[in-house]
Amino acid sequence: MFTLLRIEIYKIFSKPRTYLAFAAITALILIVQLGLKVDGNEYAAFVLADLSNTLQIDGKIINGYFVCYVVLQLLLVHVPLLIALIAADMISGEANMGTLRLLVTKPVSRSGLLIAKFLASAVYTIILLIWIAVLALFVSMYIFGTDDMFLLKNNYAVQIEKADIFWRYAGAFFFATLAMLTVAALGFFLSQFADNSIGPIVATMSIIIVFTILSTMSIPIFNIIKPYLFTTHMVAWKEFFDVKLNADNETIAGSLQRGDKIIKSAAILVLHIVLFVGASIWVFKKKDVLS
Amino acid sequence: MPIVSIRNLTKEFNNIIAVKDLSFTVNKGDVYGFLGQNGAGKSTTIRMLLTLIQPTSGDIEVFGLQLSRHRKEILKNIGAVIEKPDTYKYLSAYENLKLFAKLSGIKPSHQKLMDQLEMIGLAERANDKVKTFSQGMKQRLGIGIALVHNPQLIVLDEPTNGLDPQGIADIRNLILYLSRELHKTLIVSSHLLNEIEQIATRVLIIDRGRKIIEENANTLFDPAQTIVQIKTANDKQTMALLQDTIWSSYLCKENSTEVVLRMNKKNIPQFIHFLATRDIEIESVQPRNNLEDYFLQVTAGKQHVHTFKN
Repeated sequence: MFTLLRIEIYKIFSKPRTYLAFAAITALILIVQLGLKVDGNEYAAFVLADLSNTLQIDGKIINGYFVCYVVLQLLLVHVPLLIALIAADMISGEANMGTLRLLVTKPVSRSGLLIAKFLASAVYTIILLIWIAVLALFVSMYIFGTDDMFLLKNNYAVQIEKADIFWRYAGAFFFATLAMLTVAALGFFLSQFADNSIGPIVATMSIIIVFTILSTMSIPIFNIIKPYLFTTHMVAWKEFFDVKLNADNETIAGSLQRGDKIIKSAAILVLHIVLFVGASIWVFKKKDVLS
Repeated sequence: MPIVSIRNLTKEFNNIIAVKDLSFTVNKGDVYGFLGQNGAGKSTTIRMLLTLIQPTSGDIEVFGLQLSRHRKEILKNIGAVIEKPDTYKYLSAYENLKLFAKLSGIKPSHQKLMDQLEMIGLAERANDKVKTFSQGMKQRLGIGIALVHNPQLIVLDEPTNGLDPQGIADIRNLILYLSRELHKTLIVSSHLLNEIEQIATRVLIIDRGRKIIEENANTLFDPAQTIVQIKTANDKQTMALLQDTIWSSYLCKENSTEVVLRMNKKNIPQFIHFLATRDIEIESVQPRNNLEDYFLQVTAGKQHVHTFKN
C-alpha cells in the first residue's frame, strides 16, 4: 500500500497541472494582500461606516489575522475547483490516457489501488491547504503585523484577543481540510463514471455550486433540506471565530460559541468522505475496464 | 504443460454476447496466435484473462491456478500490452519503466532498467518524455513495461497496430527473440494474418465470440490440405464433370458453381492434366494454403462489405 501511495503521489506531483493550482492560489492571495496593503484602511472605514458613531476601535483593524480571515472567505469558494481538478482526474484521467487498463493488470488489488489514489489526492489537498495557510496566515502576519481580531457577523461584532487567535486558525484550517477532503471524495467518486476528466470536474463543481446556493438561500422550502447538504457543513470553520461572552459582555478567551456545531459538522463531513470513497471502491471493484 | 486453460468462457454486455462458450489451451512455449475479425471477441477474451473485465460465466486457469482466486500471484507472472501501449506522457521512458516495475512488485537496479531500455532500443531516449515519442517507440516502451518484471506469460493485443513496416518487423523479431531465446509463452492477437503466420506455433480463430478452430500452425499450413481454386471457361460444366469422378471427394463446396478443392499440393498437376484431357479450358489455378486464405475460408459469408467482381 505504501508503495502504491508513493507512486500515486509521485504521479500527481509530476503533472504540470498540479503546480498551476499552487500558482493560481499564490497569485490570488498575493493580489488580496496587495490590495489590502495599499487600500486596507479605506476598506476598513467602508466596512465599519455604520458602526463609526457607536463604536470606538483602537489598534490595527487590518492586521495579519484579519487579512487571513478575508482571504479564507474568498478562497474557500475557489479552492474546491483546484481540488476537483486533481481528485476528479484520478480515475477518469487514467482512463483517458489509457493507463488505467495497464494499472489494473498489475498485481495490486483494485481496492488497494483506489485507496492509494484517494489518499494521494488527500495528500495533495492537505499540501494545498498548508500552502494556503502559509501564504494567507504567516505571510499576512509578516506583512500586516498582528493585533486583536475584529469581525463583523450578521448582526453583531466579535473581538478576539491577539493571544486567543492562533489556535482558532489551526482549528479552522484543520476543519477546512476536512471540508476540502469531502470535495476531493466527491470528485473521486464521480471520476469512476467517465473516460475523461472534464465531466467529473464539471459535475463536482456543479454539485457544490447548486448545494452552496441552496445552503445560503433563506427560503423556507430549502431550510428543510439544508441540514442534509454537505455544503451547509463545509462553512462551519467560521465557528472557530465565534466566542462566548461573560456576564460583563466580554469575550471569554479559549471559548467557542457553538463547539457542538463544529463537532457535528465535522462528523457529517467525515461520514460523507467515508460514503463517497466506500462507494468508489464498491463501483470500481465491479467495473469492467474497457478504456 | 498448459499455461492458460480457458473453459466455457462467456461474456455478455447488456444482453449482447461478446464471447460464447469459448475454450482453449495455451501450452508452455507456445506463440499462440489469436485471430478474428473486428468485434470477434479477441480483446474481450484477453481482457478477461487480464482481469480487466469479469466473465459472465466460465473458468480461467493460469499457471494451474484459478484466476478468480489467485489474481495477484498470477498477474505477477503476466506482462501485457493491450491495444495501444499507453504510458504516462508527462514521464520519461525510464520513469515509466521504473514506475511499472514497482507496481509489478520488483525494484530493479538502474543498470537493469537501462538494459531493458537497450533491449527495446530506447536507451538513448531514456530521459525523454514519452509525449515526444513516435508510435513505434511508444509500442516498444509498452513491450518493455510488459517485460520488465520478467513474466512467464506475455499477452500482446494487436501489438503492430499503427506501426510502419519497419516497426512491424521490429515487433516480429522481438516476439521471435522472446520465444526462441528467452523461452517465453506468448499470446498474440492480431488482424495482420501474415504476421501471425510468421510467428505462431498454434492458432486460434474465433468469430462472433465462438471458437472456429484451434490448431497447430504446422497442421494448418499442411501442404496435404492445400485449398485450390480453379477458374475455367465454364465452371458450371466443370463442376458437373467432376461429380462423377474421384475428384468429387476433394470438392470443398459440392453444390457451388465455384471450383474449389482441398487436396495435396503434389496432386495439382495431375488434376490439371485431368481437366485438360476433358477439353476443359482452364483460365487460372490458385493454390492457397496461407493463413489469410484459411481465415477467409472459415469465416466465409461473414465479410463486412461485399467484394467486387471483375
